Amino acid sequence: MRTTLDKLELGKKAKIISLNNSNIKRRLMDIGLIEDSIVFCYLVSPLKDPIAYKIKNAVIAIRKSDGKDIEVEVL
Amino acid sequence: MKKIALIGNPNVGKSTIFNTLTGMHQHTGNWPGKTVSSSKGIFGFKDKKYEIVDLPGTYSLIANSEEEMVSRDYILSLDYDLVIVVCDSLCLERNLNLVFQILEVTKNIIVVVNLMDEAKKKNVDINLNLLEKKLGVKVLGTSARSKIGIRELKEEIYNFKTKESINNSKVIENSSFIYEVSKKSNDIVSKVVKENANKKEKIDYFFDRLLTNKYVSFPLMIILMMFIFWLTIIGANYPSEILFNLFINVENYLYNFFSFLPIWLNDLLINGILKTLGWVVSVMLPPMAIFFPLFTLLEDLGILPRIAFNLDKVFQKCNSCGKQSLCMMMGFGCNAAGVVGTRIIDSKRERLIAILTNSFVPCNGRFPILLVIISVFLTSSIFFKVSILTLLIIFSIMTTFLISFILSKTLLKGYPSSFTLELSPYRRPQFIKVIIRSVFDKTLHILARSIIVTIPVGIIIYILANTGMLNTINNFLDPFGKLLGLDGVIITAFILGFPANEIVLPIILMSYLSLGTLTDYTSIVELKKILVENNWTILTAINMLILILFHFPCATTCLTIRRETGSNKWMIISMILPLLIGIILCVINSFIFLVN
Repeated sequence: MRTTLDKLELGKKAKIISLNNSNIKRRLMDIGLIEDSIVFCYLVSPLKDPIAYKIKNAVIAIRKSDGKDIEVEVL
Repeated sequence: MKKIALIGNPNVGKSTIFNTLTGMHQHTGNWPGKTVSSSKGIFGFKDKKYEIVDLPGTYSLIANSEEEMVSRDYILSLDYDLVIVVCDSLCLERNLNLVFQILEVTKNIIVVVNLMDEAKKKNVDINLNLLEKKLGVKVLGTSARSKIGIRELKEEIYNFKTKESINNSKVIENSSFIYEVSKKSNDIVSKVVKENANKKEKIDYFFDRLLTNKYVSFPLMIILMMFIFWLTIIGANYPSEILFNLFINVENYLYNFFSFLPIWLNDLLINGILKTLGWVVSVMLPPMAIFFPLFTLLEDLGILPRIAFNLDKVFQKCNSCGKQSLCMMMGFGCNAAGVVGTRIIDSKRERLIAILTNSFVPCNGRFPILLVIISVFLTSSIFFKVSILTLLIIFSIMTTFLISFILSKTLLKGYPSSFTLELSPYRRPQFIKVIIRSVFDKTLHILARSIIVTIPVGIIIYILANTGMLNTINNFLDPFGKLLGLDGVIITAFILGFPANEIVLPIILMSYLSLGTLTDYTSIVELKKILVENNWTILTAINMLILILFHFPCATTCLTIRRETGSNKWMIISMILPLLIGIILCVINSFIFLVN
């Protein structure tokens, strides 16, 4: 199932399909968010945003507004 | 002398390696962005000497923020003989991306896989020999915190032969390059790293869930804050008394000893300088010496990024960056350090907001004044002391939110930019090292600074008091002071305390003593007597607390702001903004008291 990263449920894994925001694309690629890599929804902050994902063994917090530009395939 | 650059992802232990190599004491902390500027050190091994540069952590050579720019520029300058790329054993795949990028700039690399002890704890096996073969450069494993592998690293540096290499850095900018590199790293890591089941991960997950839980997280943060304040108050009480009595005895002894000097000189030295110094040391030092190590322990543990994670939504609503809370937490230690720390914020606009509001959190120099005033004037119950202090801090944080929001709608218009923050794994703090280092580096540093400032200010007050000018100045400022529910002495003290906030309260006390009749005091408890004698009421105490939280930052912080923003304008705004808030709150508060 395709969705965007911000909608990935807690505890679910997904594969990155594409990064659509060119402004932060490079930054996200540098921290390991790159096409075909796997993310795991690890933590939701108490105010629901940001959300922390396990990406290549590191836990990285991303705001929903950034996550909505990242297309993923839920695994 | 050979030049070495130390680079790597944020929070992989570059500064720890730097410290173990050079024997220096750069501050380290368990959160990404602790090192925001490069620092240089020198070390010798056998017959050679080396200069080593510790660069701020970066995920790539394409810079997003100020601190990353420092690292990129340095690597691209090629002004070194050798680059040591430090990697995190547990995040090897992402770390290798940086290795591959640097390999396009230079082949003179040693790869250090640090935190091998953590990999072992997490039951992760890393085949360093295979990694070395795959990368084609020397690879070493270290656990810098316990100095394991450092000797071998020095040996390797010693034997390293710098070769000519081709700079091909243009290619890094291509997205396709990153994509390829990412594939390569993934491929290598799948062969080199073997992960086995481990318990540590489950423990980390448990604490992460707890600290970020919908219902528990915020009460927990407040309880944690109260606990730290409680420890500080309890712990500072006794040493304060001892130091205080010690100083009184020394003063008396020295006054008699120096009786051969002219009376005015003896008076100036003992009652002018030494007495003020005694106040600063006995009242300010103990809380600093306890609060700061406690805070550093939290920092080492890895709590700070979780707090930033919890609070980010609020900052987002204020159109600013969640990393601002990291800078605020550094501000508790020292506002100047907090201002420098804002370099981790990518957006210029958001960084300026963080700079302008940083002094809203009371630094280590102002914190004890709050504590003393609450203790002697508002309550004697430890529970209420802690509660009032906590409320004050929450109030200052709320003000930060409000002003950040207002700034984002006026002077610094804009919307929140993107935000990524790495939540580093929890690490067991090195208790003894933290305590020793924070006492020696931080507390003694601040103490030295206040002594340097105290001496001339002590002399000035003595001269002003004895020529009657202090009275004149106080009388002149008194109407303004009264408007704020304070008095002329307090206003004078804030102005004279500009170089270092920690001397504000001592100045007030010295002025009262030199103006009034009560010159004899034998314990801190009698502080209250002095204050009451000089017409302090609950209103004075509360407004004093407000003004300590909100007035111009100290001279060091102001100069830091000018340096970081490159403009006098922002420095002046950073002075006016809190002062204005302080004055408005004081006037309102006085008015409320008047009406009641």
